[in-house]
Amino acid sequence: MSTWLTGWRLVLGFIFTMVTVPIAGLVLTWVDRFVSARVQWRKGPPFYQPFADLLKLLLKQTVVPEGAVRSVFLFAPLVGLAGMILVGMMLFYSNFNVIVSQQSSFVGDIIVLLYLFALVPLAFIVGASASRNPVAAVGASREMTLYLGYELPFVLALLVPVVKVAQRWGVASGLRLGGIIAYQQQFGPVLYSISGVIAAIIILFVIQAKLGYVPFDIPEAEQEIMSGVIVEYSGAPLAAFRLTRAMMFVLLPLFLITILWGGIRDWWAVLKLLLIVVLVVLMKNTNPRLTVHQALKFFWFILTPLGIVGLILAFIGL
Amino acid sequence: MKDIRLWGLKKSPWVYHVAAASCNNCDIEILELLTPRYDVERFGIVLVGSPRHADALLVTGVINRKSLPRVLEVYEQTPKPCLVIAVGTCACNCHIFRNSYNAVGPYDRHIPVHAYIPGCPPKPEAMIMGVVKALSKL
Repeated sequence: MSTWLTGWRLVLGFIFTMVTVPIAGLVLTWVDRFVSARVQWRKGPPFYQPFADLLKLLLKQTVVPEGAVRSVFLFAPLVGLAGMILVGMMLFYSNFNVIVSQQSSFVGDIIVLLYLFALVPLAFIVGASASRNPVAAVGASREMTLYLGYELPFVLALLVPVVKVAQRWGVASGLRLGGIIAYQQQFGPVLYSISGVIAAIIILFVIQAKLGYVPFDIPEAEQEIMSGVIVEYSGAPLAAFRLTRAMMFVLLPLFLITILWGGIRDWWAVLKLLLIVVLVVLMKNTNPRLTVHQALKFFWFILTPLGIVGLILAFIGL
Repeated sequence: MKDIRLWGLKKSPWVYHVAAASCNNCDIEILELLTPRYDVERFGIVLVGSPRHADALLVTGVINRKSLPRVLEVYEQTPKPCLVIAVGTCACNCHIFRNSYNAVGPYDRHIPVHAYIPGCPPKPEAMIMGVVKALSKL
């Protein structure tokens, strides 16, 4: 591989993660609000609404509450944002490398991605705890409980494509995003099997919880704990949190497409992305909020057994 | 720079609802304003849960000795620039309570008010007009 091509790919990856993903995220945030409005027989905001929100927040005063740990309070949103940028970079390279050169990323990058996605709830918990607000503390404890709830079925669902690839090409390929994408290019998407469908259902619910959407918007329930974890945030840090959420709104469905639905190869990926987003938004608009113990029960006693069943089916080869 | 800032503020005013000892009638009208029928999200207006996120405070009710410190605290906690919109005749000029021992005067005696929306309660259309006037004053 020539250095010229490496440099060129670096520039492309940079553009993708720093420009395309945030803009796509904000546009998808608008799609979310627009679809919600249509569900409620409203007209909905104009397409530039999320950009106006972000701009306004960036140029507003930032209040640091009295008694808060200033450095941690202001640093936490950046941690989540950095995590999402890294996720975007890794998803881009693993998909792009397979198309260009059949090479792929390093062994175990799917595990790294798992932890990078965990940086966002971590940022919310740390930021909320640093803000010295009782309501934010309640939100942080709920966020922690919810995270413990959805991480277990998420890991089980991720293991399904890993097992499928590992059965043909060995564990080293299975634990690599590039390996999973190459496998799907050769044998068809993992989604088109029983275990794949089960994994996709679980990941859809986990996306809902990771994005903090109804029915799992327990950590930032606006009516009961006044937007919980982000209650003390204002101005630019709040904008960073909103941008993190917007980027997640693109990257989580892209991740689902990458590991289960054939990878990002052509323009069909955009349609798949929109389909997943609309599904998430419809789920958000047709459900009431659960309490935190109901959510935990749902993830541990319904989705986890389902994930184990899916994993066993994947081992059998279904 | 100032134009961009103004554009952002005008296109996405997030409101926080400060119900300071009102009779709840104005509050119900505010909630009606936020229902799908009037759909203020068309203009980017969203009801937020925390004064830290707010750009405009909708204050209702006749202000009294108990609620005054709380209202002042909410106003101080809101990041600037922030608009204050007095909703209802009580908030504008104390209405029938102006001779009460407990009333401490209308809002503009304590915090800067950008728009007055009289009415007992005002109609949602009047409130939309009030918000538009407050925004055009920025």
